[in-house]
Amino acid sequence: MTATTDIATFEAAKRRPGERRRSRIILTLLLSLFLIYSFVPLVYLVLSATKTNGDLFTTFGFGFGTEFNLWQNLSDLLARDNGIFMRWMFNSVLYSTVAGLGAAIFATAAGYAFAKFKFVGRNLLFALVLGAVMIPQTALVVPIFLLLALSGLSDNPLGVILPSMISPIGVYLMCVYIEQGVDDELLDAARIDGAGEFVIFRAIVLRLVAPGMVTVALLSFVGTWNNYFLPLIVLRSQEYQPITVGLATWYQLAQQGGGGGEVLFSIIITGALVGIIPVIVVFLLLQRFWQGGLTAGAVK
Amino acid sequence: MAMSNSPAAATRPARSGGFTSRKLAPYLFLAPFVLLFIAFIVAPLVYAFYMSLYRDTLVGGRQFAGAASYIKVMGDTKFWGGVWNLVLFGIVQMPIMLSLALLFAIVLDRGQVYAKGVFRLGFFLPYAVPSVIATIIWGYLYGPTFGPFTQMAKAFNLPPPDFLSPGAMIFSLANIVTWEYVGYNMVIYYAALKAIPSDLAEAARVDGASAWQFARLIQLPLLWPAILITIIFSINGTLQLFNEPYLMRALARNTINSSYTPNLYAYSLATSNQQYGYAAAVSFVLGIVIAGASYIFTLITNRRRPEQ
Repeated sequence: MTATTDIATFEAAKRRPGERRRSRIILTLLLSLFLIYSFVPLVYLVLSATKTNGDLFTTFGFGFGTEFNLWQNLSDLLARDNGIFMRWMFNSVLYSTVAGLGAAIFATAAGYAFAKFKFVGRNLLFALVLGAVMIPQTALVVPIFLLLALSGLSDNPLGVILPSMISPIGVYLMCVYIEQGVDDELLDAARIDGAGEFVIFRAIVLRLVAPGMVTVALLSFVGTWNNYFLPLIVLRSQEYQPITVGLATWYQLAQQGGGGGEVLFSIIITGALVGIIPVIVVFLLLQRFWQGGLTAGAVK
Repeated sequence: MAMSNSPAAATRPARSGGFTSRKLAPYLFLAPFVLLFIAFIVAPLVYAFYMSLYRDTLVGGRQFAGAASYIKVMGDTKFWGGVWNLVLFGIVQMPIMLSLALLFAIVLDRGQVYAKGVFRLGFFLPYAVPSVIATIIWGYLYGPTFGPFTQMAKAFNLPPPDFLSPGAMIFSLANIVTWEYVGYNMVIYYAALKAIPSDLAEAARVDGASAWQFARLIQLPLLWPAILITIIFSINGTLQLFNEPYLMRALARNTINSSYTPNLYAYSLATSNQQYGYAAAVSFVLGIVIAGASYIFTLITNRRRPEQ
């Protein structure tokens, strides 16, 4: 069915079994080296989150501390600055979820318009959307901040959520996806049956392209969760900030030393561990979407 | 457009299903995206361009300066120094990251390893870690006081490695970015390899091609669009580098100055110096540099593109 099986038989026909097994072992070992590299920082993160602040400095980084302090670290983390950490987590979940859903719906609607309709200015608009991928973030973020201030929306979560709903890549992916995955005859048949355009979109298109939409939602969710620059500039109040901005502020405070900075090290590392769990869970749950089609449209 | 609409609609009986006409539909479907696009991409760009034509002075307020800011950027050694840092960074980091990603994708696609799924997931996992958190973790690992590499060196009575020195910093940053993005690029290549029709492998086998010949002559040319996209994304991301150096600054303030990368420079101009106009000009020139670099790269590679 897939190319893999064919290439596997292709390989099998070319080589003797013993030779094949040896190359398999060598390649597995080679890839294992890089797997270790990928996991070293994550293992360090988990180990460090279980240590007291003292052990963090005195015990070996890739070993356990003298005591298992994870629960104490977690409770310190949640108590720090009147429980601001949970607020940051909540903000990140809220912003990323709303941005992911919004981006998927808007990109699908726009992609559908580009894929299945002829209208004035279609090509120009499509070129503009694709060109937007090249614009440096700084060119947008500082003026966004100033424009929000002018319109009385400064320090407002909408200043992070609304821009995060724009996914030019998502529009492109959905356009390709709909061109290939939605049959023109099906749409015309529905029109002859008297279905309105919005009904056709909701009842036919959305159902057929759901996997593509999940991919776009996933990309925007992760993009928003990981975003640092936009919320750093737009949001001033701590209680509106997402996890990235909050943790970075603590980190800079700790590195400057003083003011209880030292105590922060174990709290920050525990916060970093908690802060990556939601994204990893989302990736694990939606494996088949990113493994198959993260950019399937982009490469055809 | 409006004219063609009326006679056709008049001859046809009113539709039972909905009142949205087919002519109007695409604009309605586009409306939410386009409105956000105008509000948060077009308007800020126009506003930034407007600002870049003015100069913010402490005494006189905002004054029209024409192209003065752009002329100043052209001769600004801080800006070009930052661009140069990232060119060096890209020359080292991009080939390593992308060739590892390509190698892993081809090996995993052929299924020549045990526990394929573990590798695919494991390599991709760092992409789920926000760059802020990745930099914090690597910052701990690089740490000169309690970083594990320093600890190991001390245990063996070796001089501790200085990951934060001016000479090493670019590699330390390159390592963080490589760690974050090899898996992401691998997934793009892997998906592209899966899209290659299976009868090509069959045909190559019948023709007696070796595995290496198959990779070089069949897979690589067909992967070329995917490779081009990842290179353009990487050029784009490299020249916009901000999060990693901004946070590493907390560890090595003397190595990473406020103009270490162009984005750091624009950020410090806008936030600490309130020079919004000049910051906007710097961002615009950076955008032109990025678009130019991507364009030149596409031209060069299209000429040298492997034959299909």
